[in-house]
Amino acid sequence: MPNAIDPITRNLWHVVAATNELPIGLIETTLLLDTPLALTRGNDGEPVVWLRSDEEQGDEIDAETIVERLPVRTAYGYTWTCLGTPTDDLFPIPEFAEPDRVNMSCGSIGIHVSAPRAVENFLDMGHFPYVHTDILGSEPHTEVKEYDVEVSEERDEVLATRCRFMQPRAAKSATQAMEVEYVYRVPHPYCAVLYKSCPEDESRRDVIGIFLQPMTEERCRAHLLQSMIDSTSTITDLRRFQQTIFGQDKPILENQYPKKLPLDPRAETPIRADKSAIAYRRWLSQKGITYGVIPQAS
Amino acid sequence: MPLSLSDPNWYPIASSEDLPFRHVYQGQLLGRELAVWRADDGNVNVWENRCLHRGVRLSIGINEGQELKCQYHGWRYANQSAGCTYIPAHPADAPARRIENRKYPVKEAYGLIWSSANDEKPFVPFPGAVGEDWFALRPMPVNAAPGDVVAGLARLAPDDQPADLLPGMTVRLGDVVYFVQPIDAGRAVIRGLLPRTPTDELATLRHYNEQLTRLRDRLERAAAKKPAPEPLQPIYEKVSADLATMPDIAVPRGNTLNVVVKRKWQSADGVIGFELADRDGSHLPTFQPGAHIDVHLPNGLVRQYSITNGPGDLLSYVIGVKQESASKGGSKVLVETVREGDVLAISEPRNNFPLRRDATRTVLIAGGIGITPLLSMARFLDKSSLPYELHYFTRNGESVAFKSELDVLHGAVHIHTGLARDAIQGTINQVLGPHQFANHVYICGPGAMLEMVQETASGLGWPDEAVHFEYFQNDKTIDASSAFDIELARSAMTLHVPAGHTILEVMREAGLSVPSSCEQGACGTCLTTVMEGEVDHQDVYLNKSEKASNTCMMTCVSRAKSARLVLDI
Repeated sequence: MPNAIDPITRNLWHVVAATNELPIGLIETTLLLDTPLALTRGNDGEPVVWLRSDEEQGDEIDAETIVERLPVRTAYGYTWTCLGTPTDDLFPIPEFAEPDRVNMSCGSIGIHVSAPRAVENFLDMGHFPYVHTDILGSEPHTEVKEYDVEVSEERDEVLATRCRFMQPRAAKSATQAMEVEYVYRVPHPYCAVLYKSCPEDESRRDVIGIFLQPMTEERCRAHLLQSMIDSTSTITDLRRFQQTIFGQDKPILENQYPKKLPLDPRAETPIRADKSAIAYRRWLSQKGITYGVIPQAS
Repeated sequence: MPLSLSDPNWYPIASSEDLPFRHVYQGQLLGRELAVWRADDGNVNVWENRCLHRGVRLSIGINEGQELKCQYHGWRYANQSAGCTYIPAHPADAPARRIENRKYPVKEAYGLIWSSANDEKPFVPFPGAVGEDWFALRPMPVNAAPGDVVAGLARLAPDDQPADLLPGMTVRLGDVVYFVQPIDAGRAVIRGLLPRTPTDELATLRHYNEQLTRLRDRLERAAAKKPAPEPLQPIYEKVSADLATMPDIAVPRGNTLNVVVKRKWQSADGVIGFELADRDGSHLPTFQPGAHIDVHLPNGLVRQYSITNGPGDLLSYVIGVKQESASKGGSKVLVETVREGDVLAISEPRNNFPLRRDATRTVLIAGGIGITPLLSMARFLDKSSLPYELHYFTRNGESVAFKSELDVLHGAVHIHTGLARDAIQGTINQVLGPHQFANHVYICGPGAMLEMVQETASGLGWPDEAVHFEYFQNDKTIDASSAFDIELARSAMTLHVPAGHTILEVMREAGLSVPSSCEQGACGTCLTTVMEGEVDHQDVYLNKSEKASNTCMMTCVSRAKSARLVLDI
């Protein structure tokens, strides 16, 4: 039985689709927080989202005729909705608006694991040599150096800085091994954004976002965003690179047990390299998130 | 009868042939998933199928022969103990805490692997097991309640020869014995045994397979008509409270354990080998390469000896002891009075000489008996196919200890015998070469040699953190003439250390329990954080930069230059 959705989660904006992949005049169906949804785009290109009843994927529809609509936002190339009453605005990614960046959605990939497990994997550097072998890391350079983590009260997000790792091929535009520096932000319980040193321009950073759509407590869809400084690679190459990385994470994530993220500190064994994950778990606990996690017994 | 997570019976969980070397088999019993793997020494391990770090299935991990490596972060767990031996994200630290996966009892017999949910019952052969050369049939998974599967098997018997129902979901049908492996409330596996290998193996396997397939189809049709039973809910045990918080680097003083001297032999001229094993044949605690044990000697002395073993080799520890002519009574007692069959108390292994496994080049330099920790390191690197060079300096060919163990290593092993001091220095200079990124050198040997290597390395541009060393003993004369106060920040105590007494002694007298081992400034066990004050370092454990940082000290020999020291104790 699904857990009752906690009010924090219910009132959040959740990603549901890459906006320009939604067909105009045709129905897409999906699941959000155990709730079936139907989506389409009107002739004006604007997405419309509503609670699905008997609609089927691929049915024709005129968006004008949908009366009972859920709230919709479009941001970072994606469509976002909310099942409750949205309390806050969506988190900012100011870099997205910089004119010389290549912004792209890199696909929506289903994973049989809870959304918080996928966020935690995104924050983790220790698995690079083992899961992304010869791309984001390679043995014997396995060390996770000390880094800093804080929960920013002002922005209500987890922030990890000074994260450094030796990478053989950090990005599509990288040609040799380099120590890359990462900054991670978790501005939303099911979304994370990373900033990494850009191989092409030392003064700027590539931005990669992962937005998780919690379909059920143990299943999610990962929507990936890249906002890059890269003048040579094609969009297809950049997408393929990110999909390769994510394709390597998927089988590991689907072999994690339990599938929900345990918030009890004694459920698993943290090490110093897991500082950001520990901060993330505490932050979820303090917020009172119960969807997709195993709350700490009080 | 409903299934229970705590059912104490033994059930078969795999066929022996499911476990070829270097493979991990995913088993299931009573609602739990199991990672089942055979080590290179033949031992079968049955563990909870979950890495303690992030819950990833260990059945997708890599069987490295003597250790199982998790796919997610490369954590390694030892054969036998399931203790974690290596955390690659922190390659310079020994896993300071005892991280041990949950393991289940195991027995390999009659071509099957047997296990149970707990240790309550010893393994007992099924009635009539002894004296036959059993042959395992192909297993048959069935989506039906295990009790229904037992009943279905019994109904296969002809009327004039009814089935014999044995305890533990076992059914005997004439010659054939069937065991039902309860996987979950609604799932089971039938595992059959024939009393001998049939003449036509393939035809026989096929015959029983067809018979069991028909039975399965009947049972699954019947099960589909009934409501599905509620699956068992396995409980993941919590890790201990000290594992749940982020670790400081601290090694608690462990309990002693009694071991028997299984073997004692002359390994080389002047070196005696001792093999120490558990008295009941259980495995010994997990250790990391470079670790040592304290050996409590019959005359009351305590001495430290490095473990020479390779990965996952926990059925005994092998140490090497030097027959010193001017021995203070430690080695002498071991060499002269301890015999095979004697029992000694040892500490749990401690590692103050950890091996990084993230180096692009690892140079191991041993002088004399200093070979012992480096042999262990070489064996670990060897098993993981990591590159290394081992240089072993001895007086002459006869004093090369552990020769046969060194001969089977695959790395570059160079034995240098009978070199004079200058020649040793020249060789070391050549071996080290200029320092390059991710190069590390490990040295163990006599004090003069260690100093020579440290100076040579420093001259070639090797930073202190790339030069790892372990002294046998502190040859320096300790100056204990100073007197000063110590303030223990966490214990909220101020104590006076008079001349002639050590900080460690004063803390012990005040009732504090503090770890120590060699108590002569060589082993690193009593390492303590210094918060304020200036330290008078007299140990040989810390390197120059660590001493200069004034942030840590060895309380067994070092003292204060200032009137007061504030320690994090």
